[in-house]
Amino acid sequence: MPAMTMVQSLNAAIDEALAGNDKVVAFGEDVGYFGGVFGVTRGLQEKYGLDRVFDAPINEAAIVAMGMGMAVNGLRPIAEIQFADYIFPGFDQVVSELSRIRYRSAGQYTAPLVIRTPCGGGIYGGQTHSMSPEAFFTHIPGVKVAMPSNPYDAKGMLLAAVEDDDPVIFFEPKRLYNGPFDGDPHKPATSWARHPRGEVPEGAYTVPLGVGEIVRPGSEVTVVAYGTMVHVANYAAEKTGVDAEVIDLRTLVPWDVDMVTASVKKTGRCVVLHEAPRTSGFGAELAAQIQEDCFYSLEAPVLRVTGWDTPYPHAHEWSYFPGPDRVGRALKQVMEG
Amino acid sequence: MTLVTGTAFHVPAPGRRPGDTPDFSKIEVPRAGETRKPAVDAPAGEVTDLAYGLVRVLDHNHQAVGPWDPQLSDQELINGLKTMVLTREFDDRMLKMQRTKRLSFYMKSLGEEAVAVAAAAALNDDDMLFPSYRQQGALIARGKDLGEMMCHCISNARDNLKGRQLPIHYASAEHNWFSVSGNLCTQFPQAVGWALASSYKRSNRIASSWIGEGSSAEGDFHAAMTLASVYKAPVVLNLVNNQWAISMFQGLSGGESATFAAKAIGYGVPGLRVDGNDFLAVYAATRWAADRARRKIGPTLLEIYTYRGEAHSTSDDPSRYRPKDEWRSWPLGDPIERLKNHLIGHGAWSADEHETWRAQCEERVATTWKESIGHGTLEEGPHAPTHTMFEDVYAEQPWHLRRQRQDLGV
Repeated sequence: MPAMTMVQSLNAAIDEALAGNDKVVAFGEDVGYFGGVFGVTRGLQEKYGLDRVFDAPINEAAIVAMGMGMAVNGLRPIAEIQFADYIFPGFDQVVSELSRIRYRSAGQYTAPLVIRTPCGGGIYGGQTHSMSPEAFFTHIPGVKVAMPSNPYDAKGMLLAAVEDDDPVIFFEPKRLYNGPFDGDPHKPATSWARHPRGEVPEGAYTVPLGVGEIVRPGSEVTVVAYGTMVHVANYAAEKTGVDAEVIDLRTLVPWDVDMVTASVKKTGRCVVLHEAPRTSGFGAELAAQIQEDCFYSLEAPVLRVTGWDTPYPHAHEWSYFPGPDRVGRALKQVMEG
Repeated sequence: MTLVTGTAFHVPAPGRRPGDTPDFSKIEVPRAGETRKPAVDAPAGEVTDLAYGLVRVLDHNHQAVGPWDPQLSDQELINGLKTMVLTREFDDRMLKMQRTKRLSFYMKSLGEEAVAVAAAAALNDDDMLFPSYRQQGALIARGKDLGEMMCHCISNARDNLKGRQLPIHYASAEHNWFSVSGNLCTQFPQAVGWALASSYKRSNRIASSWIGEGSSAEGDFHAAMTLASVYKAPVVLNLVNNQWAISMFQGLSGGESATFAAKAIGYGVPGLRVDGNDFLAVYAATRWAADRARRKIGPTLLEIYTYRGEAHSTSDDPSRYRPKDEWRSWPLGDPIERLKNHLIGHGAWSADEHETWRAQCEERVATTWKESIGHGTLEEGPHAPTHTMFEDVYAEQPWHLRRQRQDLGV
């Protein structure tokens, strides 16, 4: 199997989708001729033509609404929002329209639109290029929300999203685009070629939405993470020596409650992680559901390690980012509980 | 700081308020037939004058005149007239039922019947409509069963939307009628996307959408116009200027500084002002725009110039912000009276036939209403089974909704 970066595997997924189904189109700002600011759609317009991979005006409401209209008319569009931070002009179209069309038309109309968008920090992107706004979307009935953490999953999950009959908000942690990142900015960058999940099969395959993965089996504490934080969790477990079971949630809506609760009932301890701010973050939902389902198995309170409730700062990026030291402290704290 | 005397900045206000005599003397109404009709493939830059004209066919003697006369047969016109009358009778009945609390809410289309009915007549039945909440006439024109419409409005067991939507927010795939949202202008850019997918599929079907002049202030208007312009989408975009957005007159939406049709000029899209109370004018302009769309020449913005004859909705009270019966003074008249008089004028229709048809419609909606409440009422039901409220959120019910349904015990 070839080693791929996440950019390459996402590109391969869109390539497979376009090749396999003539109802698939891809568009967004800079997506066409240029191939996207991160290169995820590079070469695809040349390969599939102007009406299948094309540039869109800088208007996220227009991009979402156009994709929704196309999806209602039988296409399988893949829209790119250039940065997750830019999605909010299109938020009303997601909240009030895209997510509800199946419901409010009682199934007469559906809009299987995939919205891809790079999220997360660790790239010195400042407040407007670093957000992880997934919790805004997990709060919307009617959309699925996914976030892969590696090239293999990225390809398989994106292909699953395109096949899915519901709209999917597909977050791509941009810090992982070109290599895994364990949260220590001082270590030299590593490559996906040296990571087992950097091996990506050729051809189409899917990684089902709604199914998590235990990426590090362990017995002492369950760590629930997604996106970049999966790698931080692994590193923190390694550094602290705590025998953590790390679950990569992969899909946030619907999330794999069976996998998580089975693990927490086994370990009796749980830490949930995300890069987004703490208050009303998705970790709050996870912690609440976990204590409801696992209360009598818990040896310690469920802890959260998250970004702070501030905008994402530029100079203080590494004080904001919930890195391995903070995660490690939480692992020790929960073990003392 | 120096205090400014008087109003610090311009806040548009209508000339007349409650208690005043209606005055539309500032509205310039060009003579019927005066506004030219360009070739269907005329470039947008060569039709900018139409954004300040007014497409009119029926003159003050109720004769069809000028280049926009669509030359419809008497039968086609009678069909249009009958549908408008039926729509008005339907609206009247629904309003009365709302006043007796049988409906939670209603919105009439009084005075705007031609806006929807003439457009539906000018479009193909398989063209996709993305309406707002005051185009029920187009759904009736497409043959939607009145009983089904009523069952939706009272959310009973036969409501095809399972009690999920406010009255009037119809969705009917069978009639190529999109789901009415209630959020303003959101459907405008969706219609453009739908139309582009139609082009992509090499289909001959086009899309048409309606918003009000008030919601043209939304960002989604700019989104739709930009998309339509950039990709030359096969879409007919209607901006219904009925003068009032609940209590705000059209000046609050930019109407003091330019016509709404003129917004199209900056996008390089033809913008036409059309007499919305003239069935023939709405038909002709819609057909012109639909031909442009179907021939892949591009989109059109039609400002349908009309007047909202009734309250915005049953939750509104226009006597608090505009002169009573202002509609009666509207210089473009009543669309039903104008088409009726036109047909009577050349012997194709009579006052007696008209009254007979109106009475038949009144009786039909009354009978249909009785049948509809036989399938359940809003207050007493039966409604769709309660467990259906957890369905259609997703294609398949995920675990959290299954648990929530179990929590509710249904």
